[in-house]
Order: sequence, then C-alpha cells, then structure tokens
Amino acid sequence: MTAAIPTPDLQEELTGVEPATVSGRAKKRLTSRWASLAAVVIAVLWTLPTFGLLLTSFRPELAIRTSGWWNWFSDPELTLANYDDVLFGGTSLATYFVNSIVITIPSVIIPVTIACLASYAFAWMKFPFRDTIFVAVFALQIVPLQVALIPLLRIYVGADLNGTFWPLWISHTIFALPLAIFLLHNFFREVPVELMEAARVDGAGHVAIFMRIMLPLVTPAIAAFAIFQFLWVWNDLLVAITMATGAQDVQPLTARLAELVGSRGSTWHLLSAGAFVSIVVPVIVFLFLQRYFVRGLLAGSVKG
Amino acid sequence: MALAVALFVGVIGLILLVVGRAKRRVDLWQSLAFVLPALAMLAVGLIYPGLRTMYQSFFDRTSSEFVGLDNFASIFTDSSMLTVLRNTAIWVILTPLLATFIGLVYAVLVDRSRVEAAAKAVIFLPMAISLVGASIIWRYVYEYRPDQQNIQQVGLLNQILVWLGMEPRHFLVDSPLNTVFLIVVMVWVQAGFAMTVLSAAIKAIPSDITEAAQLDGLTGVRMFRYITVPSIRPALVVVLTTISIGTLKVFDIVRTMTGGQFDTSVVANEFYTQGFQLGDTGLASALAVVLFILVVPIVAYNIRQLRKADLR
Repeated sequence: MTAAIPTPDLQEELTGVEPATVSGRAKKRLTSRWASLAAVVIAVLWTLPTFGLLLTSFRPELAIRTSGWWNWFSDPELTLANYDDVLFGGTSLATYFVNSIVITIPSVIIPVTIACLASYAFAWMKFPFRDTIFVAVFALQIVPLQVALIPLLRIYVGADLNGTFWPLWISHTIFALPLAIFLLHNFFREVPVELMEAARVDGAGHVAIFMRIMLPLVTPAIAAFAIFQFLWVWNDLLVAITMATGAQDVQPLTARLAELVGSRGSTWHLLSAGAFVSIVVPVIVFLFLQRYFVRGLLAGSVKG
Repeated sequence: MALAVALFVGVIGLILLVVGRAKRRVDLWQSLAFVLPALAMLAVGLIYPGLRTMYQSFFDRTSSEFVGLDNFASIFTDSSMLTVLRNTAIWVILTPLLATFIGLVYAVLVDRSRVEAAAKAVIFLPMAISLVGASIIWRYVYEYRPDQQNIQQVGLLNQILVWLGMEPRHFLVDSPLNTVFLIVVMVWVQAGFAMTVLSAAIKAIPSDITEAAQLDGLTGVRMFRYITVPSIRPALVVVLTTISIGTLKVFDIVRTMTGGQFDTSVVANEFYTQGFQLGDTGLASALAVVLFILVVPIVAYNIRQLRKADLR
C-alpha cells in the first residue's frame, strides 16, 4: 500500500466529492484508511487458515507433530514426503482421485445434455400443460436431497447397481436437473424470436434449430452451469457416502478424506497433504474459469 | 466411464435422429422426446422417493409397522433431538447473517479499489474448496494440545491464546460454543458467495443516485446505511435465503469436524446418522420431512420477494 501517491481512482473520487470543510476532508480520509484496514484484516483472516495448512503439508512429519506451522519461518525445511505417502502409501489417495474424475465427468455431461433438451422444449416447443410442468420442475428445487436418498438407494439395490458408479452418476444427474432446466430455460428464452422464425421459414425442424442455432448461442450459459455442476459433484460428500458405502473402489476423494479424519483425526501430515490433493482440481478450474463461475453464480442466485 | 458416456451419447443421438426425421404434424411426439428423459428421471428420482420418504416417516425403524406420528413426537420431545433442533436453529440464524454481513461490508470496502479483482478472489476462493477440505483446514486452526511443559500448540488459535497468556481450550469439544466454531467454517465458505452477488448488485446502483447523495454530503457509513443497503434490498433477500437453505441442508462440516458428537449435531447430519449408521429408516425419514418443511417457507418467502421486486 503506497498511500502517498493518489491513484487515478482516488483522484477522481477526491475531485468528484469535495467535502466542504478541511475537517470534513480529513474525516473522509480517515474513514477510508480504517476501511482499507478492515478490508486487509478480512482478507488475511480468509487466507491464513488455508495458507497454514498448505505450508504444513510440505513440512516433515516430525516437525508437524511437534511445532506449529509458523515455526517454519525460523526453521525452513520442505519435503514432498507427505504427498508421496498420502497418494501412494496406505491411504492410496491416487485411486480415489481417479474415482473422483470418473464420477464427475459423466455427472456433468449427462445432466447438462438432458437439461438442454428439456429447457429448449420448455422455451420454444408447444405441448399440453407446458407451463404447469415447468413450474412443477422449478418447484422440485426445494426438495432437499435427504428426502430422496433412502428410497433411491433401495431402487439401486433392487436394480443390482450397488457398488458401481451408476448410482452416483444417476443421482447427481437427477439432483442437478431442476436448477439446470430452470437456468438454461431462461437463457434459451432470451434468444430473439426472429431467429427461430427465419429458420422455420427455411424449413428447419426443431432438431436442426436446436443443434445449429440454439446450442451455439447458449454455449456460455451451458459452460457456466457445467462448471458449477463440476464443482458441486467434485466437492459432494452426502451422495458419495450414501451411494458408495462399502464400495471402496467407487468412492471419491471427499469420502475417503472424511473417513481419514474420522479414523486418524490428528495425523496432520496425511490430512494436510490429502486436503490439498482434493482441493487442487476445483481451485485450478476456479482460477481459469472464474468469469464463467461468477456468471453461473449470479444467474443461479439472482434468478433462482 | 467412457462406455457410460458413449452409451448416453448414443441414446441421445438416436432420439435426435428419429425426431429429426419426423414430419411437422407429429409435433407432440417431438416435444415428448425432448422433455421425457428429464421428466422421467425427476419422477423416478425425486417425486417418487420424496413421497415414499413421507410415507416411511409414519412407520417404525424397519418400515414394517405403522406408528403414526411417533417419529415426529420423538424428534420434538427427546432431549438429544431437541439439542439437534436447537443447533439447527443457531446455524440457520447465525450463518446467513454473518456471511451476508461480512460479504456486504467487504464488497463495499473493495469496490472500485485498485486491487479489486485480487481482493475479491481471496474471499471467493473458499467457495471452490469442498466442505470436507474446508473442515480439515479449520480443524487444524482449532487443533488442541494439553497445556504442559514441552508441548507446543500446532493449532493457530490455541497458540494465539497461549501467546496472550491464556489457557488453550478444546474449541470443538466445549458445548455449546463449539457449534459457533463450526458455523465459522460455513461463514468462511459462504461469505464469498454473498460478496459476489452483492458486489454485482452494488455496481448496478445507478450512478446518479450515488452522485446526488454525495452532493447532499452523504459519505462513508451513512452512505452505506441510507443508499447502498436500501438499493440492494432484493439481492440481500436472495443471498440471505440462499445461504439459509444451503445451511439447513449442510452436513459435511458437522460430519468432518465432530461427527455430530459433543452436542453439535444438526438435522441434516442426524438424518445420516439415524438412516445410514443406526438403521432407523422411520426416524431418518421423519427428519428428512422436517428438513423439507423447514425449507418450504424460506423458498416461498424468497419467491414472493422476487415477485414484489419484479412489480416495482
């Protein structure tokens, strides 16, 4: 913070509002200094816990057990042993990492595709009870997952799907649909009606219009929702531990990590490295696709 | 996975191909082909299970004997269940208020500053982390070591207490304050969401309003109180209700931090414990129904507010 040189923003602010008196001006500068301080305090509070654990994950096991991470600054020593241990040792998080990927990709592709078809129909096709059904689908958003879990699990057991990835893929698809259909419908609806009519005059059917006109136009919205769904599935724990209980080879990272915390609550060399193995993918997605993520967030909250 | 995706793509492709071949007059069939996959999944995966759960909530633990409202009666009389309800109430009141307040204040503080994008990313980043990951991060902050010679604290918060000359404490064990320490984790995650939405709303305030207020001499806190907050009221309602709903259903934090021990359980966690660990389908179903009943009024209020905002 180089406070002495006023930034263009600050200059503009100062010329825009010229407080009447000298004391008024001083007061304003004072509050803005307190404001900056408050912002910095919040930012530090929000970063420090993560930073502490990240630093811990690179410290030697003995150091972690005997001293806090802030001691690293006086005794800097880094190692990758914890990551090696947690990925390929007894906890073999590498396997669960692969499971997470296998669970997440279909759980994003399938609901997004189905939702695209349905929301196009709700936006542009005519069929009986269309609006009523649409409102009903929207209303399904209020059903908490918990209400559906036990009977769903019985259905999977009945269909002999237990222990495979199918229950996870299907459940994530179902739980994503109400919001996905609602959001994508809003975007399909925004496409100008003239485009539709022009295509119709040219003799295009619904499938052609959907594939060649609509899909390209709403791609940004689809991307936004897909990222949202990706993070949601990757970070999910509830569906994972109810639908993949007792099936070690289909459990995702989150489930395994939660187990680790339960059974070995203070093996911080494993937990810290494990936590960052699970965090790295969503954070990369977040950093690279932040704009779309924010867009999805705004659409989801302000409209839904 | 590749097989599943290929299978799925094949089915959808086939549907599109068949529908594309059809003539105009079979419009109804075309619509059905577009809507039916979604509707079928929702019917089988949400509507039927939802109704089934309501039905089961009137039966005993193995769903074999009808017990009427007994499950609900025990939720509202049993002392450990009452603790669960109390905790849920604390969660649902504190989390949205704290997260929204911090998010709003921060959004105002960094608005139009030089480092706005970076400053926002810092608060926003926890949103991308799983609640399990967030719980591990905060368990480490709360980590407790007994206060003895030669034993150093490794948890930051206890070390700060020690530096200040105080006794270290079991943050996650001492009830009822431990619930508040769990809530801190949820606030940490959700403040970024509140900040993002509210920041967008603040930027949408017409500049002539703020300029007029500035000419009238409004600055700082009074500007915030009389111009900013009233202008973004609809967004505030959306943020508060969205976080409330998310908080009601939250389960990962309690599960990973304390497992619901030490009087920290909430309805969503108790549902899992009863249904999947203790095998009491009746009670678990009743808890799920209670959760549903708690969510409905919040969503209804949200929709009404949105309608009002639209009318204006």
